[in-house]
Amino acid sequence: MNLILEIASGLCLLLGSFLCLSGGIGILRFPDFYTRMHAVGVTDTLGAGMILIGLMLQNPQGIVLLKLMMILLFTLLINPAASHALAKAALRNNLHPVLDESTNEGRNKPSKP
Amino acid sequence: MLTAATIAILVVMLLAIIRCIAGPSLYDRILAFNMFGTKTVLLISVLGFLMGRPEFLDIALVYALINFISVIGVLRFSDSAEFNHQRPEAASIKKDKR
Amino acid sequence: MALHVLPLAPPMNLLAKVRKMSINEDKLLDKLTPDKKPRLLPSHTFSLCLTLSLFWWINSNYSNPLLLSLGGASILLVLYIAHRMDVIDHESLPIHLSAKMPGYMLWLAKEIIVANISVVKHIWLGNSSISPTLATIDATQRTDLGKVIYANSITLTPGTVAVGLVDDHVIIHALSKENIDTLKAGRMDRRVTELEK
Repeated sequence: MNLILEIASGLCLLLGSFLCLSGGIGILRFPDFYTRMHAVGVTDTLGAGMILIGLMLQNPQGIVLLKLMMILLFTLLINPAASHALAKAALRNNLHPVLDESTNEGRNKPSKP
Repeated sequence: MLTAATIAILVVMLLAIIRCIAGPSLYDRILAFNMFGTKTVLLISVLGFLMGRPEFLDIALVYALINFISVIGVLRFSDSAEFNHQRPEAASIKKDKR
Repeated sequence: MALHVLPLAPPMNLLAKVRKMSINEDKLLDKLTPDKKPRLLPSHTFSLCLTLSLFWWINSNYSNPLLLSLGGASILLVLYIAHRMDVIDHESLPIHLSAKMPGYMLWLAKEIIVANISVVKHIWLGNSSISPTLATIDATQRTDLGKVIYANSITLTPGTVAVGLVDDHVIIHALSKENIDTLKAGRMDRRVTELEK
């Protein structure tokens, strides 16, 4: 039983590390601010979630588990709020996204006041 | 495994710092800073387990909340002129108006 | 098109501390809400009290009388301040959703995993594989709370970020065009609409 938990925890930690690294590559690789935000989204949702679940499996009892769940809950609830506020401030301050012209009709672009 | 996760998180923090320094616009920097903060929360939690001191989780929790407040607090000033991102041609138009 | 302020209400009631931080948005939400629903129900106060007690107990985990009384005093202080700020209502503590919320969260977790795989694929395939799109889609939810839950779910799913919320329209930036097509098919929209009923 202990061995299974160890292996599951190791797998979760590895997967979370891989997702975080992918997000880190993405934030360097993507062309503009809005696309970089999606890369950060990967590290913030499933990357952080997998690492925290891996930590939960290391010590699955007591107050430590509750605290880890609370950190996970805060991460999942706070990050969309922060990234939405950031995106809205960027769009309002005339940072125009790089759009793929072939897929985007003109009427979908927001007109700026 | 914990050591591997620690190293991976440190590398991601390094990448975030690179974006924070290189970022062409102010918003890239804030985004990278936010990501750096989230990764710090993860790093503190993993380090707590690595060192066998789960009390570190309290610090991680507080850091998560402070990170959110700091990003929102910076964005509170997003009406000011420094935040106004303009493309070069738009900037010249505005200069002409003045 | 003017971009309104999107009220940032986290979709669960376990978040007393975070609620305290987004009080400004709550006030805006109140101003934007035209209908006057019954407010300040005792059950909301009770659930806030319960949440705060749980929060204190998880964080302190000591049971000597001094710390417990300090905890009780701080909970009472927070309740008093919340009453004075008039933020205890069905929007800040959506306990009427708590029966359907776990099912929705499980479904959302599945969506998040699928979206993560797609975004990671785009990251490793490089810039030629992405097609960033800005689009406006309709939200069919009746209440403000439902719309906020919908927009927050969109933002939580990697690959799509809700940039603005104007009346019934959500402005979305997506990493690729398929994400927009998936959202326009409207499965998440229907789920949230069912949730708020």
